[in-house]
Amino acid sequence: MVGLVIVSHSERAADGIKEIAAEMAGDTQIEAVGGDGDGGIGTSATEIQDALDAISDGEAVVLVDLGSAVMNAELAIEMSATDAEIADAPVLEGAVNAAVSATSPKATLESVLEAANEAGEISKV
Amino acid sequence: MGTTEREAIRDAVERIADRMADEKEYLTDLDSAIGDADHGANMNRGFQAVREKIAEMDDASPDELVKTVGITLVSEVGGAAGPLYGGSFMTASAKLEDGITADSSVAFAEAFLNKVKDRGGASVGAKTMVDAITPAVHTYKKSIEEDDLEPAEALSKAVDACERGVNFTTPIRASKGRASYLGWRSVGHQDPGATSTLFILEAIRDTAVEYLGDGNLEADATSPTVPDGNEAGEERDETQEES
Repeated sequence: MVGLVIVSHSERAADGIKEIAAEMAGDTQIEAVGGDGDGGIGTSATEIQDALDAISDGEAVVLVDLGSAVMNAELAIEMSATDAEIADAPVLEGAVNAAVSATSPKATLESVLEAANEAGEISKV
Repeated sequence: MGTTEREAIRDAVERIADRMADEKEYLTDLDSAIGDADHGANMNRGFQAVREKIAEMDDASPDELVKTVGITLVSEVGGAAGPLYGGSFMTASAKLEDGITADSSVAFAEAFLNKVKDRGGASVGAKTMVDAITPAVHTYKKSIEEDDLEPAEALSKAVDACERGVNFTTPIRASKGRASYLGWRSVGHQDPGATSTLFILEAIRDTAVEYLGDGNLEADATSPTVPDGNEAGEERDETQEES
């Protein structure tokens, strides 16, 4: 089963996005990680690595918000044993799409990543 | 055993950590103009942690020490500077597995630059640390490989090029990083990341000048393992120290 890691500059934002995505996620494992590790706004590669390592099945799609979240997520993936890919998607919509996709019995890292990326096409108005 | 190299790396870190403490306010002022005003505090916190960490590593080889510098920066420096500096030190440290030589230091510098560019996706002219690192690395490589300068002298040239790169960031518009959100309002402000790059490189140059002499590598002859008549000079000597 493919897991999800939500990365935001804010821990509360990450937790909130996880809360929304979990509504559609069934048994999919979702880890939320946010902040700079000291209670401030930012992202931390080592904290993201911990979240990746916590994914029990060794495969994860990573949803990120802004700027250096991408760099820290890349670095965390390099440091973690978990096989992971970063979605090129808006973090909330991507997380919901990925969560739904991950519930499929045929879900793979690629299919969940693709579903997350499709969230970039969603038009809101 | 590479004792000299280990001491040189520690001294360079001491110099960088002292400089970051001195320049914390200045870097934060630069960052408050076009960023989120944390670069000085982040870099200072990172290098004070590095100073403590490697002081305890008495048996480490140069590449292990530099890798630890990177790992520590990754976990202690926030923002983009953490993965950019930390991740690049981690990756480039592999080039120092056989010790610090003229050749391996060029390979290190190139690996560092490539990692920063890969990770951050910035190229020259985007008003980032790449504007400082790129001319410094190119100048260092040319000085060693084409102009046959000694490493300390090549580093001095690289510092000059780095400084010009830092100055180049002031009049241009940011297209990467937090400053890019400001658009034209980023014009007229010196990039904080390029500036901290210059401080790091100046500290490395000062260390090299002390250990190698200013264009004169005789200081390395204090090593007990320097063989006589080794025409390759300093780089071979240090490689042998490692083996």
